[in-house]
Amino acid sequence: MSHPSDRVYSKEHEWVRLDGGVATVGISHFAQDQLGEVVYIDLPASGDSVAAGETFGEIESVKSVSELYAPLTGEIVEVNGALSDSPETVNSDPHGEGWMLKIRANDTSELDGLMSAEEYDAFVTES
Amino acid sequence: MADTLARTTLYEEHVALGARMVPFAGFEMPVQYRGILEEHTAVRSNVGIFDVSHMAEFRVFGFGAFDFLQRTLTNDLSSIAELGHAQYTLMLNEQGGILDDLIIYHSGDLEYLIIANASNRFSDFQWLASLAPDDVELVDESDRTALIAVQGPGALAVVAELTAAGWDVPARFELAEATLDGAVACLIAHTGYTGEDGVEILCSARDAPIVWRLLLSFPHVTPAGLGARDTLRLEMGYHLYGSDMDSTIDPISARLGWVVKADKGPFVGSSAIAELRRTGPAHTLSYLRVEGAIPRPGYAVLHEGVEVGKVASGSFSPTLECGIATAYLPTALAGIGTEVEIVVRKKTAPAFVVKAPFVTSTSLSAS
Repeated sequence: MSHPSDRVYSKEHEWVRLDGGVATVGISHFAQDQLGEVVYIDLPASGDSVAAGETFGEIESVKSVSELYAPLTGEIVEVNGALSDSPETVNSDPHGEGWMLKIRANDTSELDGLMSAEEYDAFVTES
Repeated sequence: MADTLARTTLYEEHVALGARMVPFAGFEMPVQYRGILEEHTAVRSNVGIFDVSHMAEFRVFGFGAFDFLQRTLTNDLSSIAELGHAQYTLMLNEQGGILDDLIIYHSGDLEYLIIANASNRFSDFQWLASLAPDDVELVDESDRTALIAVQGPGALAVVAELTAAGWDVPARFELAEATLDGAVACLIAHTGYTGEDGVEILCSARDAPIVWRLLLSFPHVTPAGLGARDTLRLEMGYHLYGSDMDSTIDPISARLGWVVKADKGPFVGSSAIAELRRTGPAHTLSYLRVEGAIPRPGYAVLHEGVEVGKVASGSFSPTLECGIATAYLPTALAGIGTEVEIVVRKKTAPAFVVKAPFVTSTSLSAS
């Protein structure tokens, strides 16, 4: 699976797809592959605020815990509640049904510093 | 560090199968191939195979072997007087601390085979050598010995297919010689550490790739890594050296009193254990079921808001689909049903003390 080019990626392996002023956020295919089978996800609630670069939740595989970092600042308008019952969706469809949050962006220019799919592919090949 | 790691003779097989290799007890070992959950399920429902060649093997023989081991280990060696029989046992220091947990096989006349934890290989051997009398010979056979565990409800049938007609799998906790596929000499032990029925195959390290490929020639046999091995053993409440016990922990606190036989005569650590049995342990290993979070080693355990212990082993249970853990709790709190909380980063998760094993219906409990 490759990383789709309709979105941008952070160094912390989150993806962001902007649709109007609302950003959908998830983790990349590379990230889910590194984690292994996801068994638990702790996400914030709708209405909470997140700040770029700060943690918004945690994702756990059998062996490890990883923090999730917000790639932009704003208010959470929707949380993918289906992930609490089916966290494995993050493995099977990380760029689609495995999305985590929809955030109303305060300032979409925050995304300017993120990577294109091509840049991200190069980034994960190096790391 | 990476260049000092040892490899088993199955290293190339693991890499070819796409395993994720991690450092473990000085070896580069497969933590998983396709995924821990998949491998865990394969062992619970079908057959999984594990490379556990990193474990240590010592052979102890001579006229004094029985007396020496009876005085050095905690279990009663006279209960494996018959050739081929095996038992789980412990090696203690004088203070009663656990130096290692072992499986010992009565492998021949005046001869015993010990399987020890890889991380304790050199300290165990040194300890045994320091106590051994002149009429006992000790040989560290770890480097030339491979160990492959074949575990799961279908495991015995696979082994039967690979051995000669008329060869019977030895009874549980027994060992027998066998020839696999008419060519490979090995010892097959009806033991394991997953809670499922199965065997452990000992063979020459040189022959391990042949045995590994023979086992994988069955389409329903899945290679399984250390990740699944850990979740499988934890679901059964089996101890892991370094997590659930170490040289500062005694077997009574660890709920391993059943392998410490007071009536067999003195052994290293016996007076310390007798004293502990009189006073009772201050802390006792407890099994915790955790709701809504995954406990990890080192997380604090609270009782009525006060820290009373830390998670020793902790993981997600693939079978129960919840968190499970062990922790040393004050003995007064170790009773079944005690409610505690586990500090999971910024929150707490409710947990309660349960009876081991966490998972009760396996091919072993049914057999």
